[in-house]
Amino acid sequence: MIKERQILNQQDIDITIERLCQQLIERHNDFNNTVIVGVQPRGTFLCNRIITKLKQLLKTPNIESGNLDISFYRDDLRRREEPIVPQVMDMNLSLEGKNVVLIDDVLFTGRSIRSAIDALMAFGRPKSVELLTLIDRRFSRDLPIQPDYVGRTIDTIESEKVIVEWKETNGTDRILMRKSEQ
Amino acid sequence: MSKLSVNHLLGIKYLKTSDIDLIFKTADNFKKIINQPIKKVPSLRDITIANLFFEDSTRTKLSFELAEKRLSADVINFSSASSSVKKGETLLDTVNNILAMKVDIIVMRHPNPGASVFLSRNVNAKIVNAGDGTHEHPTQALLDAYSIREKYGVIAGKKIVIIGDILHSRVALSNIYCLQKLGAEVKVCGPSSLMPKHLDSLGVTHFSDLKEALQWCDVANVLRIQLERQDVNYFPSLREYAMVYGIDKMVLESLDKEITIMHPGPVNRGVELSSDVADSKHAIILDQVENGVAIRMAVLYLLAGGIKNN
Repeated sequence: MIKERQILNQQDIDITIERLCQQLIERHNDFNNTVIVGVQPRGTFLCNRIITKLKQLLKTPNIESGNLDISFYRDDLRRREEPIVPQVMDMNLSLEGKNVVLIDDVLFTGRSIRSAIDALMAFGRPKSVELLTLIDRRFSRDLPIQPDYVGRTIDTIESEKVIVEWKETNGTDRILMRKSEQ
Repeated sequence: MSKLSVNHLLGIKYLKTSDIDLIFKTADNFKKIINQPIKKVPSLRDITIANLFFEDSTRTKLSFELAEKRLSADVINFSSASSSVKKGETLLDTVNNILAMKVDIIVMRHPNPGASVFLSRNVNAKIVNAGDGTHEHPTQALLDAYSIREKYGVIAGKKIVIIGDILHSRVALSNIYCLQKLGAEVKVCGPSSLMPKHLDSLGVTHFSDLKEALQWCDVANVLRIQLERQDVNYFPSLREYAMVYGIDKMVLESLDKEITIMHPGPVNRGVELSSDVADSKHAIILDQVENGVAIRMAVLYLLAGGIKNN
């Protein structure tokens, strides 16, 4: 039997994104030396929302951003049945000397973020890299990686799944926790 | 679909259209990677690849080696300049010795047609055919088709003529299979003495007149005259071949449309292509070389994905 529980609804997500943006502004002011990078495939939806919100709040037309594909930097290529299908790498910028905010929807084992940091370095040596995540599944980390900005912290066990749905693909914004019981 | 239907890349004949599409899609990503400031990714860092070249090669060998290094694989090279290595025990022994050193993928060029197929049946490693005699040269055909796709957006419906020594050319055979699978119309052009007898069974027709062929096509893939494979004289002299089948600026200007010129290299300047054509904007010869690295990275990446960690 599959059990589902809603963690965040549409309104919660809007409020959370606004709060995350305010926190970002506190540290990065007008974003003139900051680049926002979404991790493909699922971090890019959150990344786009954050950029739209920041533009509204700051009233600036331009915030530098990119979408990072981490497929070739992953450590599990030979542990899968099928090769990982690469996504679009959209990084038409240099990160040399920039402050980078890396964005992903769910932080779980930390392995994707490890790959993402590796992939980032191919575009120059950033001044700093921070991590923003909508959901932090704490106590599930395989690597010593912690987020700098967190939407919601939740406690889960490995068999539970966190599902993030976006308007763009699912018609509505919501975050669910799915648990299968024997 | 994120997996090839084959375990080895032995020839285009054994691939499905969906395999070719998957290789192209993966190559798109690698093309971006090789244009980044740092051109290396760690994907294959626990894979060892042996390049076995039983026949001379410059471009293919460099291209494979670069692709392997950009994927962070460990690479060992073996070249046999002598042609005394015959298919059979000796090849198998050589390869088994190399495999004893725990090699995961073998990239092989061999003068005997079918050498890579033979190897794939007898050894426990992934085999990539880098050219086997007059049989196939799959990565060359893939990069040629990829370059056409890059230039025109699509391959289906395009008219491609392959000009030159079709009889001895593995590039021609692989190109015919590949382009036909992708929906292109393929014809060949050259002296009748250099046309294979089985041309009809490939579904390909033959132009003997160069101008007529160029007027028909969108893309002309011009092959090198392979004197080293010709045991008898197939045409009177190189000079005469160049006069009848050599492409120069004058021929191109006499056409009422612009066509694209491709060449797998090395170019015999003044024989199949004149210098002003080889260096003109019509020629995408150097794009083919760049795409070659991306295509070979894609092939190695997709094959390595199926190697399980023990």
